[in-house]
Amino acid sequence: MTNKNYKTLVVSDVDEGVQLVRLNRPEALNALTTGLLAELSKVMDAAEASDDIRVVVLTGSAKAFAAGADINEMAERDLVGMLNDPRQQYWQRITRFPKPIIAAVNGYCLGGGCELAMHADILIAGSDAQFGQPEINLGIMPGAGGTQRLLKAVGKSLTMQMVLTGQPIQARQAKEAGLISEITQPELTVSRALAIGKVIASKGSLAVRLAKEAILKGMDTDLATGLRFERYAFTVLAGTQDREEGIAAFKEKRRPHFIGR
Amino acid sequence: MNFEHILYSVDSGVALLSLNRPSALNSFNEAMHLEVQQALKATLKDERVRVLVLTGEGRGFCAGQDLSDRNVDPTAESPDLGLSIERFYNPLIKQLQAFPMPVICAVNGVAAGAGANIPLACDLVIAARSAKFIQAFCKIGLIPDSGGTWFLPRLVGMARAKQLALLGEPLMAEKALEWGMIYRVVDDQDLREEALTLARHLATQPTKGLAYIKRALNQSFDHDFSTQLDLERDLQRMAGQTQDYREGVKAFMEKRPAEFKGE
Repeated sequence: MTNKNYKTLVVSDVDEGVQLVRLNRPEALNALTTGLLAELSKVMDAAEASDDIRVVVLTGSAKAFAAGADINEMAERDLVGMLNDPRQQYWQRITRFPKPIIAAVNGYCLGGGCELAMHADILIAGSDAQFGQPEINLGIMPGAGGTQRLLKAVGKSLTMQMVLTGQPIQARQAKEAGLISEITQPELTVSRALAIGKVIASKGSLAVRLAKEAILKGMDTDLATGLRFERYAFTVLAGTQDREEGIAAFKEKRRPHFIGR
Repeated sequence: MNFEHILYSVDSGVALLSLNRPSALNSFNEAMHLEVQQALKATLKDERVRVLVLTGEGRGFCAGQDLSDRNVDPTAESPDLGLSIERFYNPLIKQLQAFPMPVICAVNGVAAGAGANIPLACDLVIAARSAKFIQAFCKIGLIPDSGGTWFLPRLVGMARAKQLALLGEPLMAEKALEWGMIYRVVDDQDLREEALTLARHLATQPTKGLAYIKRALNQSFDHDFSTQLDLERDLQRMAGQTQDYREGVKAFMEKRPAEFKGE
């Protein structure tokens, strides 16, 4: 029942508003080729356009979420090639995605893989997951948010240590540091992510979208700007039918029926 | 498979790994570590195997680190003993604890240093009556490694853990049993067969369920009560999805012995 049009991804049918996207390059521990990122962008386009999809869960295999970028591909690119790197637009496509993305991480989550996971809004991981930015071992450095999103998630000291030594951290430390929100048994990572996704998918989609935007806004503006944005977003929701329904259902002690309007 | 420093065989669902450097009381050198790693890897890949038995050849079980292999020269620059722990002992201990099937350790003789703690990382320890456990580390200025400082207080209590670790006195098998550190003591000549009998029984049991049980018990020390209840819920969820659970319930209803496949 999965979409067969993708070479490097397995895209499952939408279930209760949640779409599961599995990175599928087992021969290379899901190393992120440009082709894979391009396919992921396509999936994102379709998911954004679809009213049926409320949340996307992104995962890899039991062994690796993604073990990094494709080194061979990268080695072929010189300075000019890097300047014109097509990957940039694909990363931005994920950043621009307005619906929640949950990363369900098992095993290796390294380099570009860690950066991809950090593009997600919520990260949960199996207890055997490990996160790292080993680029420094190759004489390069993270190039898709590894010095920035990691910094905002775990703070300076641990970011410096990870980026400058290239040594990974285990799931437990990632949880303590705030990189991920939950640790599960590895076998349950995906089902737990789907369950969280379904909870979110049951909420009013406009509220979810604006709340996500407000939180992301808060990550890169000052508090006053963030609070102002939050207030505007909050105000916008005052004009929606979902708000009326949500409050009415709460008062009447019943489940709300949101329509996304 | 052919090894130089260990013996490894698989029979009736049981993988038997025996440390085989009897002239050095089966102490670990780098080559033996590598062979053990290779054998454990093979065990995990072998779908027939549902129980692992660890034991030693000759009169000792394992005397820990082979000190001649570490090239300890008191006049040279201080060695980094953490390296071999990082590279070999800690991964071994973690792997034995997390091994997705029961691990039986048959302690056939002296178990000293890391060799005294490796059994504690296993699930069921059977010892020969003449076996003794020696936390020998303190005699040469070191600390109990391979999980010793973690396992001992949990198994025998802090007072006895300190006694063992600070004095380095041998603990005889019978005493270890009395203290709750090991599962059983048997006569020396019966050890191998008793361990294998137990292993053969476990090899007919619901392997996945057993693996979840040991996982839950091992993690209980790290968890608070409600986290552990959550873990039980999750593992039970997984156990409920196994074929063996179906078979177990079906056999119970049909009043016949269950035939578990470990799936």
